[in-house]
Amino acid sequence: MIESTLKPDSAVYDAVVPAGDSWIHVIKAGQTFRIVDLEGNQAVDTLFFSAADTSERYSATDTIVAQKNIYLTAGTVLMSNFRHPMLTIVADTCGRHDTLGGACSTESNQVRYAIGKRHMHACRNSFLGAIADPKWKITKRDVTANINFFMNVPVTPEGRLTFEDGISEPLKYVEMKADMDVICVISNCPQLNNPCNAYNPTPIQVLIWN
Amino acid sequence: MPLWEDTIQGGASWSLLLRRGNVLRLEDVEGGANVATLLYNWDCPVERYNMPDTLKAQHIAHLTSGFVLYSDMGRILASITNDSCGWHDPLGGFNDAAAVAAKYGVATYQEHRNAWHRNPQDNFLAEAAKYGLGARDLGATVNFFSKVRVEDDGSMHFVPGNSQPGDFVEIRAEMNLLVIMDTGQHPLDENPVYAPKPINFSISRAGVAGPDDPCRLSRPENARGFINTERYFL
Repeated sequence: MIESTLKPDSAVYDAVVPAGDSWIHVIKAGQTFRIVDLEGNQAVDTLFFSAADTSERYSATDTIVAQKNIYLTAGTVLMSNFRHPMLTIVADTCGRHDTLGGACSTESNQVRYAIGKRHMHACRNSFLGAIADPKWKITKRDVTANINFFMNVPVTPEGRLTFEDGISEPLKYVEMKADMDVICVISNCPQLNNPCNAYNPTPIQVLIWN
Repeated sequence: MPLWEDTIQGGASWSLLLRRGNVLRLEDVEGGANVATLLYNWDCPVERYNMPDTLKAQHIAHLTSGFVLYSDMGRILASITNDSCGWHDPLGGFNDAAAVAAKYGVATYQEHRNAWHRNPQDNFLAEAAKYGLGARDLGATVNFFSKVRVEDDGSMHFVPGNSQPGDFVEIRAEMNLLVIMDTGQHPLDENPVYAPKPINFSISRAGVAGPDDPCRLSRPENARGFINTERYFL
């Protein structure tokens, strides 16, 4: 657990993203980006792309292999598919974030919960909506394994993946400093079928400092 | 009887069409092989293997017989129908040129001919380009024959000796698949020597999963995944 010294009143950007909404924004190299879990145990599904070349993007496998650990926390360097540092987590009051559980989709909801769940709102539809403007130069091909900030998805030595109760709480936050200009795409998860958020998706706050 | 038998040398790549109902058998010839594998829907390659969907649908962080490989569209691309090895890694990804050079040194083609040091990323880019795909289309691989154990603190440990000479795994295609494979060493393999191992592969006809197929029955999620897959082929 590492706390930040940055104060919200000095942020150059400060917004609330309701549950079920997406958010897409450029974060410049050297800027600091914070996500606040306002009410606790909210899944913040997040992708990063190099703003200069969107074929370079956050890579879950390259990130966990680089640090030889599957959990993200303060000190973690978020690596690209070209094995370049994209952002570094500099503060974290939650302690552990997931990057193996991926994002929900209308189709994966069918598989995980029931065929009849196809109509329900899902993160990957939010991602696809956020990137729909061609100016971003991001398409479905580029939507790969994301980060789930504030989610607790332990792996056991026997090779099981489990979804445990959240370890986040209201106002827990994670903060990262950009090592390159990045486009951040967030789906603030709308999931209503999973106990990980107590069936209650809630808003988050996003802040940027120069 | 296999319809086709062949060998992939260590550190090399291959791509092929594996039709629905056919089985791809991979055999570790010498022990200690690693086959980084990418799967795409041949008929619509923007649908492809999805590591998180595969893991979370089955609550697993390793692959063996009875488990299936999901696409990002809620369909089952392939089932693991037979496995003598017990653990295949979905977490470790693959190396790039810089990682191979840092770990094993540079060995150029000019000097070393077929003994040069190759890397999975460049091999994958060459194979993917043959189908109009590129860097944007490369993602998490299944690393057949490799094992990475994750401790409670999240630390990842490559387990040497997971696969012995003659170990095999059989992968049944549930959709028409573009399969891209590379036999470079696993990124977490601690062997400091460049020594990628060859594999044999074969393709046979098996037919599609029946109503009592073990992969279909292994979890209710997989039963629903097969429903989605079968609806695709109506």
